[in-house]
Amino acid sequence: MQSNAYIIGFAAAVCAVCGVVVSGSAVSLKERQEINAKLDVQKKVLTVAGLMAEGESLERAEIEKRFGERIKQRVVSLDSGEYVELSDEELAAFANEAAFSAPETSYAVDAAKHPAAKKAQLTRMPKRMKVYEVMADGAVDKIILPIRGKGLWSTMKGFIALKSDAKTIAGITYYSHGETPGLGGEVDNPGWKALWPGRKAYGEGGDVAIKVIKGKAGSVDKAPHEIDGLSGATLTSNGVTNMLQLWLGAEGFKPYLKRFGGDKQQAAAAAAAQAG
Amino acid sequence: MAAKTREVLLDPLFNNNPIGLQVLGICSALAVTTKLETSIVMSIAVIAVLVCSNVAVSVIRNFIPPSIRIIVQLTIIASLVIVTDQILKAFVYDIAKQLSVFVGLIITNCIVMGRAEAFAMQNPPMLSAIDGVGNGLGYSLVLLLVGFARELFGSGKIFGIQIFSLATEGGWYTPNGLMVLAPAAFFLIAMFIWVVRVWKPEQIEAD
Repeated sequence: MQSNAYIIGFAAAVCAVCGVVVSGSAVSLKERQEINAKLDVQKKVLTVAGLMAEGESLERAEIEKRFGERIKQRVVSLDSGEYVELSDEELAAFANEAAFSAPETSYAVDAAKHPAAKKAQLTRMPKRMKVYEVMADGAVDKIILPIRGKGLWSTMKGFIALKSDAKTIAGITYYSHGETPGLGGEVDNPGWKALWPGRKAYGEGGDVAIKVIKGKAGSVDKAPHEIDGLSGATLTSNGVTNMLQLWLGAEGFKPYLKRFGGDKQQAAAAAAAQAG
Repeated sequence: MAAKTREVLLDPLFNNNPIGLQVLGICSALAVTTKLETSIVMSIAVIAVLVCSNVAVSVIRNFIPPSIRIIVQLTIIASLVIVTDQILKAFVYDIAKQLSVFVGLIITNCIVMGRAEAFAMQNPPMLSAIDGVGNGLGYSLVLLLVGFARELFGSGKIFGIQIFSLATEGGWYTPNGLMVLAPAAFFLIAMFIWVVRVWKPEQIEAD
């Protein structure tokens, strides 16, 4: 039988060795992991922007090149829709994930004041969000917005891409969810995602009209505001509808989206008509 | 010695399979086997943790005070699992994301602790390492069989490559939705146990 001093000493030694091993690996691999996490987001953004094929594997340099050339990161104030001026470092460091949780950058959802956020079952909403503008020939070609909301089991996180008119959907993708594989998990299905491009996010009155219905919606021309339901996953489908109501609506990015399309485009069309 | 080494290495594959006979570690076997790719990475991670923990415990086995041996084993295993998780996140980020919490849960995989306590505490480091490889392979064998069947019948793919053309894309195969859900792994593991016990009737427990 060993003495108590030996036992305590032994335990301390094991802890010290294990502590060094764990912290050593965590510190030495941290840089690589952060690069991976950043690349992962960039890949998702490029995919939803249509600048990279689904499941395509690209070299890190190529991803960074495409991202750097075509994507402009912006931080937007949700209630005013204005751009927030940040230095390059602040812009790079701004993470949407952190904006949701930190008390100074988010607010608690109040069922009476924020019905759409309540419906998407979020408990906190950010004041600012990072969005991605896809540039082509010096003008904004597509707008990529982060979206999230509760499905059946999990908070689903993804991006939606809108064309430069800020009304027509160009694509949708989810990068994180825990829905039932084969049922709600089909939000990942390329076939289902292919139903989105070309549909209209807003109805005649300017309200968010896009929704996931039960059953088949039909072609873009026949049902511009409807998407096929995910069979066997009504709650996940409703979750998708609710989160789009939130993020494309007044509590989400609607104030920001006002700066695109709309008047500017009509003015351009009018000018073209006059010239013609 | 050579015979003993072979026995230690190969026994856990069929004669004393950790999942099949000992019925250990099946929680993770349910969770990560919807695809073959994740099954393989999980298998490698478990083998690595098992070998390292067996060796580490075996090296210090004569110094570990019996009264705190379990917590010492757990500390070693937990540290190794965290290191494995960090390595996966740094080098195979996509797969690490799919495995999510299940790498961390190797800590609770009874195979690792079971081998440390039952084997490494009594045997020298080299033999313990071989025991780790053997048991890891036994676990991997089941994982790979289950992963193969679930990916093939659940989504018609192997390693993400379409093998059966799906009915939704104009082919002939309607995926079996049950296969991608956890209960399918229970059925498949049960079938594995059944087949092995038909082949080796001495594994059947007395009622």
